Amino acid sequence: MPDLGLDVVFKGKNAIRLLGGLGIALRISLISVLISIPLGILVGILMTFKNPILKAVLRVYLEIIRIMPQLVLLFIVFFGSTRALGIDISAELSAIIVFSLWGTAEMGDLVRGAIISIPKHQYESSEALGLSKKQTFIYIIIPQTIKRLIPLSINLITRMIKTTSLVLMIGVVEVIKVAQQITEANRNSSPNAAFGVYLVVFMMYFIACTPISMLARYLEKRN
Amino acid sequence: MKKGKLIGLLGILAAGALALSACGSSSKSAAKNKFRTLDEIKSAGTINIGVFSDKHPFGYVDENGEYQGYDIYFGNRLAEDLGVKINYVSTEAANRVEYLETGKVDIILANFTVTPERAEAVDFALPYMNVGLGVISSDKDPVTSLDNWKPEDEMIVISGTTAETYMIKNYPDIKLQKYDTYANAKNALLNGSGKAWVNDNTEVIAFAKSNPGYTVGIDNLGAKDTIAPAVTKGNTTLLEWINTEIEDLGKENFFHKDYEETLTDTYGSEYADTLVIEGGKAE
Repeated sequence: MPDLGLDVVFKGKNAIRLLGGLGIALRISLISVLISIPLGILVGILMTFKNPILKAVLRVYLEIIRIMPQLVLLFIVFFGSTRALGIDISAELSAIIVFSLWGTAEMGDLVRGAIISIPKHQYESSEALGLSKKQTFIYIIIPQTIKRLIPLSINLITRMIKTTSLVLMIGVVEVIKVAQQITEANRNSSPNAAFGVYLVVFMMYFIACTPISMLARYLEKRN
Repeated sequence: MKKGKLIGLLGILAAGALALSACGSSSKSAAKNKFRTLDEIKSAGTINIGVFSDKHPFGYVDENGEYQGYDIYFGNRLAEDLGVKINYVSTEAANRVEYLETGKVDIILANFTVTPERAEAVDFALPYMNVGLGVISSDKDPVTSLDNWKPEDEMIVISGTTAETYMIKNYPDIKLQKYDTYANAKNALLNGSGKAWVNDNTEVIAFAKSNPGYTVGIDNLGAKDTIAPAVTKGNTTLLEWINTEIEDLGKENFFHKDYEETLTDTYGSEYADTLVIEGGKAE
């Protein structure tokens, strides 16, 4: 077996540092997910309303978040807030704010898409059965929407976990940054360490994301 | 559909306006930067120093999670003499200026090369290290000067580096062999397809140390740049304190000691005088 520099991963506290970095990445993404999902559902429902002003405001929000790369948003929130408003937001909180804004916008659009994808005859049939608007929503539309939403939102959650690697640009030392630090610190003693270290990082992301996909499969089957 | 398009366009316009106003306000407020004066740092009891966490051997994190390196050794001493605790912030090459302009760190000690453009945005203190170009070649026929370069010989260089720019500008007659990556340039030298290799002197010195049979014939070519601590523009109390500190440290040969502790393993002791600036006095 070629020298992958795996020994470097287990040198000193390196393995614990990598796990700590993964913990920070997961903390940022999971807190953001917990904020994004309820807010996103709300935004998505609001988006289906016919009110033109509400529609325009939400559309502007969605477009801004979509056009701006997440890195730019991170810089605006972390450095821009200090420059423009004089308030000092910690790097991790900035990351949570940006990821929540992003997650809410994306989730909102997914919810909107799922709701409008329910065929018109579903509404008409339930009206014919004498259900009120509220009952239609609760018993007919929402259950079908959720079924369509699960795979899409799981995809969003795993994307959010992976995108946390950008937060190293505002000084948060998460798993990718720790990997870079370990590789560089051992540049002379084991030049191949990058393979081993990133292999371990790959497995860590894999292990972290697998339960989420499994949960999704379970939920899809149950529905 | 028409309505949807209109709303989309509106959104894009609004996003653009927001982005523009963000840029506008940032350049306006650059004049009144936020920073902490020397007394404010002292009374707070902690100094924030921005360093690299992945640039061995200048600023890196060891296997126990501790910051180490040439810049860190200096940073620790600064905090010790100031009587405050230290908080290292991991910075990247691209955000060092931004950290100072927003006052999120008090000092940058991240291998920061002094350039006229950067000096407009931040205040540099006295330098503590030299950077220059070096030329490495085989022991058998070492290149010690570029003046009598044979027209058939070729010089290895990595595209896009300062070494390439320098060679094109100052030695247009020397034929260059350009490579995109460090690894390819290295192989070209080892295979003998080029006569010599020009690169940052720290890089070639480290290469010579780990590859026997190669010598750094020229260790400081052309215009020398320096590396210095930087503070937020206008933070004169902190700047003056650092300058006095660097001058004082010169008396005890502090930076040679720093070199010995942190850089000897990578560069060997013979290059201390080439790389170190003592007491802020660049030649």
